[in-house]
Amino acid sequence: MSGRPVVTPFDRPNSYIGRAVPRPNAKKLLQGRGTFVDDIVLPRMAHVVFVRSPHAHARIVGIDRTAAQEMPGVIAVVTGAELAKVITPWIGVLTHLKGLKSAPQHAIAIDRACWQGEAVAAVVAETRAEAEDAAETVVVDWEELPPVVDMETALDAATPVIHPELGDNLAFRRELVTGDVDGAFAAADHVFEEVFHTGRHTGVCLEPRAVLADYQPADGKLVAYQATQAPHMIQNLLAKHLDLNESDVRVICKDVGGSFGIKVHIYPDEMATAALSVLLKRPVKFIADRLESFVTDIHARDHRIKGRIAVKSDGEILAFEIDDRTGIGPYSVYPRTSAVEANQVVNLVGGPYKHKAYRASTEVVFQNKNVTCQYRAVGHPIACAVTEGLVDLAARKLGIDPADIRRRNLIPDDAYPYTGLAGLPYESLSHHASLEKLLALMDYDGLRAEQAELRKRGIYRGIGLASFIEVTNPSSAFYGIGGARISSQDGCSIRLDPTGTIICATGVTEQGQGTEAIIAQIAATAVGVTMEKVRVITGDTDATPYGGGTWASRGAGIGGEAALQAGKALRQNILSVAAAMLQAAPESLDIRNGVVVDADTGNERLPLEEIGRVVYFRPDTLPKGLQPEFVVTRHYVQKDYPFVFTNGIQGSYLEIDTETGFVTLLKHWCVEDCGTIINPQLVDEQIRGGVVQGLGGALFEHCIYDDRGQLVNGSMIDYLVPMAGEMPDIVVGHVVSPTASSELGAKGAGEAGTAGAPGAVMNAINDALLPLNVSLAAQPFTPESILTALGRVGARVG
Amino acid sequence: MDQHDISVIVNGQKIRRRVSARQHLIDFLRNDLSLTGSHLGCEHGVCGACTIQVDGVAVRGCLMLAVQADGATVDTIEGLTDSGAIADLQDAFHRYNALQCGFCTPGMLSTAAELVAQHPDADREEIRAHISGNYCRCTGYHSIVDAIASVLDDRRKARANGGAA
Repeated sequence: MSGRPVVTPFDRPNSYIGRAVPRPNAKKLLQGRGTFVDDIVLPRMAHVVFVRSPHAHARIVGIDRTAAQEMPGVIAVVTGAELAKVITPWIGVLTHLKGLKSAPQHAIAIDRACWQGEAVAAVVAETRAEAEDAAETVVVDWEELPPVVDMETALDAATPVIHPELGDNLAFRRELVTGDVDGAFAAADHVFEEVFHTGRHTGVCLEPRAVLADYQPADGKLVAYQATQAPHMIQNLLAKHLDLNESDVRVICKDVGGSFGIKVHIYPDEMATAALSVLLKRPVKFIADRLESFVTDIHARDHRIKGRIAVKSDGEILAFEIDDRTGIGPYSVYPRTSAVEANQVVNLVGGPYKHKAYRASTEVVFQNKNVTCQYRAVGHPIACAVTEGLVDLAARKLGIDPADIRRRNLIPDDAYPYTGLAGLPYESLSHHASLEKLLALMDYDGLRAEQAELRKRGIYRGIGLASFIEVTNPSSAFYGIGGARISSQDGCSIRLDPTGTIICATGVTEQGQGTEAIIAQIAATAVGVTMEKVRVITGDTDATPYGGGTWASRGAGIGGEAALQAGKALRQNILSVAAAMLQAAPESLDIRNGVVVDADTGNERLPLEEIGRVVYFRPDTLPKGLQPEFVVTRHYVQKDYPFVFTNGIQGSYLEIDTETGFVTLLKHWCVEDCGTIINPQLVDEQIRGGVVQGLGGALFEHCIYDDRGQLVNGSMIDYLVPMAGEMPDIVVGHVVSPTASSELGAKGAGEAGTAGAPGAVMNAINDALLPLNVSLAAQPFTPESILTALGRVGARVG
Repeated sequence: MDQHDISVIVNGQKIRRRVSARQHLIDFLRNDLSLTGSHLGCEHGVCGACTIQVDGVAVRGCLMLAVQADGATVDTIEGLTDSGAIADLQDAFHRYNALQCGFCTPGMLSTAAELVAQHPDADREEIRAHISGNYCRCTGYHSIVDAIASVLDDRRKARANGGAA
């Protein structure tokens, strides 16, 4: 890898912080020797397949399972009512989201299915194939009920109420007014407005959701091997709803094939699998297939937003206003709820700018479609697309260059600390430095010249910019204060073994982003050993400190700080023992490359192996009263802010074929500021992967429902995801503003790519089409939608 | 259920098994032979996670039946690893961090192995086209393209040096 792009305060002999160290745990994955849930086989393991509702809304009149029970290999066919004897229902609400309501949800539907794909019976058999065969013979007698499909009419008086006991189809409403909004709009020279659609899409983790539940009746213990981001959260939920002691539930999370928020929730079929293991007293495995993944993995981003921007003629932004509506399916998802995305949209719209007035309202409504919930960059890509779409709309109308209007309106880099109009504090952001760095990386002026030249030849290229803010390092403000037992603190235990190896057990989890690598880098740096002398344990509730896992970009900032503090403490403990052995002052010694050295000269005094040998096997030679403590645990929680905001900006360069409507992405850029960079390679790859996920939502990905609530493109043939051929090279740059809320100074980087990409692409498309007087605001921007906008094909009816 | 006897060379080892007619090759490899390195991502031939090599050609393990492999030579990630055939690709993927979760990686490496063998002069665009049947949700593909390009470059240099010697 080339050089060391970022020099950090941790730059000292033996420092790995800021270096592109290859991930130690990648080799097994490269050899196909990882352990994903479906790779695990246990004695007497059975397989469950779920019978799912083909209807969006229907009453279950009866279930005939006589044929299924006679099928080869079948162990049990279980209904919702039967399973409810061992598992209690749940309601996905949080108390700090005032007014949020939802209905009790069962692991398997009992009387009624509320979306196409909801499980209504479980078939357990000796093999997966036998379970699938038998599931086909389960006959459900359905009485179809009218489905609520369109979120726009979900609150109309004529629309049926999905859960009559709730009174209406409104799950949550929030309104926010800051500053003199009416005054700002009255004072504006211009008001521009647009209606944005962000398009329902989903995560499509390559590894489908997976759980292997192993209830051990002799001692009442449940071991769940689960592909999850939050093992301790799963432990709590399984114990709570299966009436087990929390300490009797162990959640083990080995390799996970992508998560992106899809695997940060608990799903009814996963709960059912654990309940079936309890009921049948044997291990039960559930691996979602791809078709059921499309109708059961959480969807996201199904928003319609009417946005308005008030500007002066010189481009000064005075106010933003949004009116948001989102459809979340029939239940608020447990336990994080389905109101968070809309809440985030309200929090984030207008975030990078220094206007003084903002009005937002959002309505979160129930409908008979699959549920929606938190998916990578929750709310960010929506808020960014709306904000940046409005800013570019104003720029186009006023004839101002998009870079200039941002220069004029972004919060100045010396204005921090600053409080955003949603009331959230920004510690230290770098919008202007990021913008200028991006423009330089892009050769913005050069691209503009090229664009102008090509336009003369009938080639339509567009350049799009999108600034954003990003929520990272969350405090307990996200979930804990709302009553969810989801930890915002995390811990790291580090022990020194006799061989001089350090073993780090951390509550943050690995989903491929490189958590284990950065924990190893930080611990190696803090203790003073080489990377080869570090082992990291994640994903086991019996073996790691209690923690929150991976979500809201907290692994490096929260888990990393705990590892740093644990490593420093262990280093001090080692040095005090070494000082006693060497009869030196601890502060005169240092640990470098696994050897205790004289701090001043670097002269080697004592390898850690020797200290380990004496401490563990010849403690009789140590002074009486010296008790070495070579296991150290430290915890960290970020308490200074609700979230530590980061920022960034993206640029897109693309070409539109106005004959076919095809968009060719030529290149993409992202500059972001995640504070201290622990491993620049891993950060860059997080950004790139996130960008492509955002590009998918912008151009391809769309869960399309018909008017009966049927998902019509629920396969990988019909639901398009970004593949290598359509994706551009992505240039990543950094501005570094460490957070002062921790010693490490790291903020998150996991969502930046996804946050800004759709907005940048939308702006580039509209920039390309500017000479044709056409603009689009409904994702995904498909060839069909572009041709329709250009008037080259008629709008589709219905 | 129809059963058939098959004989397959899997990772260099001759395997004889009785399989049901409907069993997919990937299920045979994963469940019957415990070769879990190849993964199932979609089971309808789109995602490429189950890509293996059959008689040296990259094949979707979910679109082929085990009985169809009778008499064939099958190489999975485990065999390609142990033979050293893709050691340079694996090393480059590691250095470029051309994997995150690793679920697509065995299939991606199988496809990449075919590419570097058959198209030694592929440029970035051709690399992208060749791997465009392998879905990766994590990396955004850029680093995978970098890794494969570096292997092609190294192999070209090695050939040139070999020719000069």
